Amino acid sequence: MRVSIYYKKEVALVTGYIHSTETFGTVDGPGIRFVIFMQGCPMRCLYCHNPDTWETGKGTEKTAEELLAEYDSVKEFMKGGGITCTGGEPLLQMGFVTELFQKAKAKGIHTCLDTSGITFAPDNADTVQKFVQLLKYTDLVMLDIKHIDRDEHKKLTGHYNDNILAFAKFISEQGTDLWIRHVVVPDLTYNEAYLRQLGAFIAHLKTLKALDVLPYHTMGRAKYEQLGIDYPLGDTAPLDKKDAVRARELILQGLKEELKKTKTVP
Amino acid sequence: MERNFYEEWEGFKPGKWSNTAVIPRDFIQKNYTLYEGDESFLEGPTEATKKLWEQVTELARQEREAGGVLDMDTKIISTITSHGAGYLDKDLEQIVGLQTDKPFKRSLQPFGGLRMAQAACEQYGYEVDQEVVDIFTKYRKTHNQGVFDAYTPEMRLARHAAILTGLPDAYGRGRIIGDYRRVALYGIDYLIEDKKDQLANSLVRMTSTNIRLREELAEQIRALGELKKLGAIYGCDISRPAKNAKEAIQWLYFGYLAAVKEQNGAAMSLGRTSTFIDIYIKRDMDRGILTEAQAQELIDHFIMKLRLVKFARTPEYNSLFSGDPTWVTESIGGVSVDGTPMVTKTSFRYLNTLNNLGPAPEPNMTVLWSTKLPHNFKKFCARMSIKTSAVQYENDDLMRSTHGDDYAIACCVSSMVVGKEMQFFGARANLAKCLLYAINGGVDERLGLQVGPKYRPVDGEYLDYDDVMSKYDDMMEWLAGLYVNTLNVIHYMHDKYSYERLQMALHDRDVKRYFATGIAGLSVVADSLSAIKYAKVKPVRKDIQIRNKKGEVVDIARDVVVDYIVEGDFPKYGNNDDRVDKIAVDIVKRFMNKIRKHHTYRAGIPTMSILTITSNVVYGKKTGSTPDGRKIGVPLAPGANPMHGRDTHGAAASLSSVAKLPFRHAQDGISNTFTVIPNALGKDEVFAGDIDIESIARDLADGV
Repeated sequence: MRVSIYYKKEVALVTGYIHSTETFGTVDGPGIRFVIFMQGCPMRCLYCHNPDTWETGKGTEKTAEELLAEYDSVKEFMKGGGITCTGGEPLLQMGFVTELFQKAKAKGIHTCLDTSGITFAPDNADTVQKFVQLLKYTDLVMLDIKHIDRDEHKKLTGHYNDNILAFAKFISEQGTDLWIRHVVVPDLTYNEAYLRQLGAFIAHLKTLKALDVLPYHTMGRAKYEQLGIDYPLGDTAPLDKKDAVRARELILQGLKEELKKTKTVP
Repeated sequence: MERNFYEEWEGFKPGKWSNTAVIPRDFIQKNYTLYEGDESFLEGPTEATKKLWEQVTELARQEREAGGVLDMDTKIISTITSHGAGYLDKDLEQIVGLQTDKPFKRSLQPFGGLRMAQAACEQYGYEVDQEVVDIFTKYRKTHNQGVFDAYTPEMRLARHAAILTGLPDAYGRGRIIGDYRRVALYGIDYLIEDKKDQLANSLVRMTSTNIRLREELAEQIRALGELKKLGAIYGCDISRPAKNAKEAIQWLYFGYLAAVKEQNGAAMSLGRTSTFIDIYIKRDMDRGILTEAQAQELIDHFIMKLRLVKFARTPEYNSLFSGDPTWVTESIGGVSVDGTPMVTKTSFRYLNTLNNLGPAPEPNMTVLWSTKLPHNFKKFCARMSIKTSAVQYENDDLMRSTHGDDYAIACCVSSMVVGKEMQFFGARANLAKCLLYAINGGVDERLGLQVGPKYRPVDGEYLDYDDVMSKYDDMMEWLAGLYVNTLNVIHYMHDKYSYERLQMALHDRDVKRYFATGIAGLSVVADSLSAIKYAKVKPVRKDIQIRNKKGEVVDIARDVVVDYIVEGDFPKYGNNDDRVDKIAVDIVKRFMNKIRKHHTYRAGIPTMSILTITSNVVYGKKTGSTPDGRKIGVPLAPGANPMHGRDTHGAAASLSSVAKLPFRHAQDGISNTFTVIPNALGKDEVFAGDIDIESIARDLADGV
C-alpha cells in the first residue's frame, strides 16, 4: 500500500497553463517550430504585444504528454525545427517546462526557451539548481533583454535588469546556446549609446549564436482594445526596417569594440 | 500502324513513339534531359518581347476603360477556320495565332447556349446578329436547349434553389485537355491517318454506342483537317511534324488555339508541355541554331499568346468565378515513374515568363510538386512564389501513383493522363444546404419551397446529433441520385450538341472518362455537426413567404428553421482535432459512396472534388444560416479550407486537418487556398545569425 502511494506521488502529472499553441512557428527559433505560448507573465513591458498572456492561473491546463502528442501530429512539418516555449513568461511554470523539455529531449526534439529571464535569482542556491536542471534539457535559450540600462529597464518593464543580465552570463557559463533578442522601439530603445552598450554586454557571452533585433510593431494594439486596457505606447510609430538594420549594426559595432578593447578571446 | 522515321525526328532517340503508336510520353521519357542546376542561365525579355508586351498592356488598359470588353464578334460564329490571320505585330511575333482576327476581340460561341452568348454581348453593349439568332433558334439546337428539354421539374428546382450549382448546362463544360503535343510531334497528316485507321477498325455492329463512336471519329478527322487549314491561314504547313523548337511551339499552340476557337469551356487547360518543348529547344541548341535568349523569347511569346485567350462571358459567370478565368493550366515538373525528376531548363523558362512579362494568373502555372524535385528547382519555385504569388502547387507524389507521369491538371485540381483520360465536369452539390434540407424536411430555407423530398423535419428544442445525422444521410442519398442524373443529362447533351471534336481528336480512341462530381461547404458541414455533437444548438423557426417569379406571395411555409443559436464551444475543423476532422472525413466518404451507386453516362468513373476556389462566395449567398453559427449569406470556405478564422493553431494544424481527407474518395482533387505573408515565413535580413564570438574576437585580434 505504501509503495503504491509513493509510486502515485512520483508519477503525479504536472500540468501547465497554456495560452495557445502555434503549429507553424517560423520566427521563434530555428526552422519550423511548434510554439507553446504559456500563460502568465510578471513583466509589464510597455510594448508587449501579447497582453492576453499576462494573467496567471488562466488558460488551458495541459500535460507535457498532451503537448508532445500535439507536436507529434504535425512533426512532418517541423523542418529543422522543434519546440519553443514562450509566453507569457514560461519560467513562471519552470517545473512544467523542465519536465516538458526533458521528455522532448528523450524523443530527440530540439528545445528552445524564449524568456525574459526575470525569475532567475543568482543568490538563491535552490533556484540556481533548478535552472541547471532546466538548461540540461534546453538546446537554445532566446533571452530577451528589454533594456541594457538598469533604470530604463525598470521604467520599461517595472523591474530592474540585474537578474536578467546575470542569467545571460549564467547561460553562457552553462554552455547553452544563446540568442539575444532585443525589441527596438523608437524613442524608448532606439538609442545609439544604449544599443552600443548592449553590444558591449553581449560580447562576453561566449555561447551567443545570434542577435535577433525585433522592430517594434503595432499589431498588439487590437488586443489591448479587446481587453479594455489603455495602449501604453499611444501613437508611437512602428520602427521601419532601415532603422532596424541600423540598430543591429550599432549593437554589432558595440560588440566588436568591446572585443577589441578587451583584446582577449573570451 | 507502320510508319517511317520522319526526317524532322533526326537526333531523337526512337522508340515505341516513333515505331508503332501515338505516344508522346514515350518520346518524352526517351529524350528529355533532367536539369538540376539553378536559374542563373535564364535570360530576360528581348526588345521584341518588351514591345509586344507593352502593346498588350496598352490593349488591356483600353479594355478596362471600355468596361471590360474591347471588341466582340456578333456575326461570325467561331470555328477553327472562321477568321483570317490576326496579329499583334506580325514582324515581332515569334509565335502567331489569335482567336479572332484582332487581339482582345472576343469570339462568338453559341453552341453551348445562345442565351449565354446573347447575354454576354448585351452586357457590353453589343447585339448578336439576327441571322445568327435565327439559325440557333430555328435550325440549330444548342447544348443548353437540349439539357432543358430533358431536365425533370425536380432538376430545375434543385438548380433554382442552388443545392446543385454551377452546372455546365448553359455553357461549355471544358476540363478536357487535348494532347496538343501530338500536333508538333506527328503533324496533322499522320494524326488523320491514325484516326482513319481507328475508324476502319471500329465495330460495325450498329448499336447506339458504336454509331456514336463512328460519328465522333469522323468529326475528329474533320476537325484535324480544319486544324491543318488554320496552320495554312498563318502560312504554316502543319501537315508534317515540327522540325525545330519554334515550329514545335507553334504547332502545339495551333492545336490549343483551335480548341479555344471551338470551345468556350469553363476550363481550357494546356496540359504538360514544358518538358516536351525542352527536347526541341535542347536539340536546336546542340545544333547551334538557337541561343538561350532566343529560346526564352519563343517561350515568352507563346505564354503571351496564352495570356490573350479570352471568352465572351456574362457578369453572372464572372461573379461565380471572381473574374474572367480561362484556366489555361500548364503542369510543370513532377517525377517520372522511375523516380527521375522531369524538371528541365524549360520548366525554369516557363516560370521565368513571370519575370519577363510580369506576374499574371494565366496561364495557371502549376508545379507538380514532389519531395524528389531537384533542390535548385524547389528554391526557384519558392522565390518565384514569393515574388509573384502566381504559382500553383499540386502533390505529384500523391497523383503519380494513380496517373503515372504524363498526367496534367485541368482547371485547378483535376488530374488526367494527357490524351488518354478526360473528364465530364460536374460542378458541385452544396452539402451545407443539404444539411439544412435534412433539418427542414426538404424545404428550402430561403425560398420556402419543397425542393427535396418531403421527409420528416427535425423537431424539439435542441438538435440531436444522431437524429440529424440519420436525416442527413437520407437527404444526401436523395441528393447524390439527383445530382448524378442531372449530370447525365448535361453530358449527353453536351456530346450531342457541342462535342469537343478537336480536343478529342487529340486523344486516343478509347479514352477513360472520369465522371466528376464535386461538393461545396465541407467545413461548414463538419463544424455544424461538431456543434450539434459537442455544444448545444437550438434551431430558430419562422414562417417563410413563398414568392412567384413576379415577387408576389403565393404561399407560406410554416415553421422553417432559419437560424441557430449555438450554446457553448465545439471543436472546429482546421485545428488538427480528430473529433471534428473525422466528421469531415466521414462526410466525404459517405457522399462519394452514394455517388458511386448510380449509373453514369458513358460508363464514366465517378470521382469527386472538394475544390471551389472562388464560387464559394456565391454559394454562400444562396445558403441560409447553418448550425455552426455561420449566418445566412456568409461565404462558405473555399474548397477543403477550414472556415475563415476558425483555424487557430497555425498553418501546420490547419493543413493537417485538410490532409486527412481521403484522396481515394476525392480523386478529382482537394484544394486548400492558403495565403501567408512573407514575413510570417521566417526572419528577414534584420536577423543576425551564425554569430561566433570566438572567431570574431580572433579576426579582430588578427586585424581582419
